[in-house]
Amino acid sequence: MNLSFFDQFMSPSLLGIPLILISMLFPTLLYPSPNSRWITNRLLTLQSWFLHLITKQLMTPLTKKGHKWALILSSLMIFLLTINLLGLLPYTFTPTTQLSMNLALAFPLWLATLLTGLRNQPSASLGHLLPEGTPTPLIPALILIETTSLLIRPLALGVRLTANLTAGHLLIQLISTATTVLLPIMPAVSLLTLSILLLLTILEVAVAMIQAYVFVLLLSLYLQENI
Amino acid sequence: GPLSERPLMQVRLGELHTWISTCDFSPQGLLGAAQKAWNSYYAKYINVRRGGHTGISMLLAGYCLLSYSWNYQHFKRHRWRKYH
Repeated sequence: MNLSFFDQFMSPSLLGIPLILISMLFPTLLYPSPNSRWITNRLLTLQSWFLHLITKQLMTPLTKKGHKWALILSSLMIFLLTINLLGLLPYTFTPTTQLSMNLALAFPLWLATLLTGLRNQPSASLGHLLPEGTPTPLIPALILIETTSLLIRPLALGVRLTANLTAGHLLIQLISTATTVLLPIMPAVSLLTLSILLLLTILEVAVAMIQAYVFVLLLSLYLQENI
Repeated sequence: GPLSERPLMQVRLGELHTWISTCDFSPQGLLGAAQKAWNSYYAKYINVRRGGHTGISMLLAGYCLLSYSWNYQHFKRHRWRKYH
């Protein structure tokens, strides 16, 4: 028996041409660039409002030096949010279910925050490895633990996003399969499963938005420690 | 006007193959055609004074249809499969 439940996560290709690039570039169509008018169309107004909201949220706890990261953090937020939400449409492919893509996003950005901290304020950055007030005998163990937790951050960022989205999509596929298979046999149970599916879809929309937000928020937190 | 400069909607069915032969199929030409198509869609459905959800919804529906067509080979066998 083939495990065809996982086929939805295979990178799509048509006649050998990878289509993942198109699914990654499609969000750019949904965000038109602002024109030079004072009052723009409704889509642009909504887009500017949303962009201002998230940029303000992300940049408030950062110092002036951290505001250089405004463009990359807010564009990353919009990118992940759109890709996650688009993946909930039928038959679409979600690039963020691929671990390779999420690690490729998490690793360089985390490394950039780390190197910024080590370059500009090395003793303060290394000082994060030992929380204040630890008892002296515990210091060596705690430094090892904190170093491990520091080095595991990019992996955690990537795997968190991948696992949340993959699990959600898989659950949706499983429960919808159960609903369709049960429909001729036990319609009442099928209705119950359908209501579970509706609740799950609402949860998945929330998870899509929250995971994108958490990814970018954690990166901004790592930046705050190091800038 | 001359056949090559008319937009597609104003070309009659009989003249279609002549119109296609006057098309520019180089990468720049295709990119230019895609850009023109997007700009006309944007100007007609999104960049309007009191636009609603229509412009974006049609885009998303088209994206769903496109994804369906790309994956068709894979799930055309799903209907009669014993185990999914």
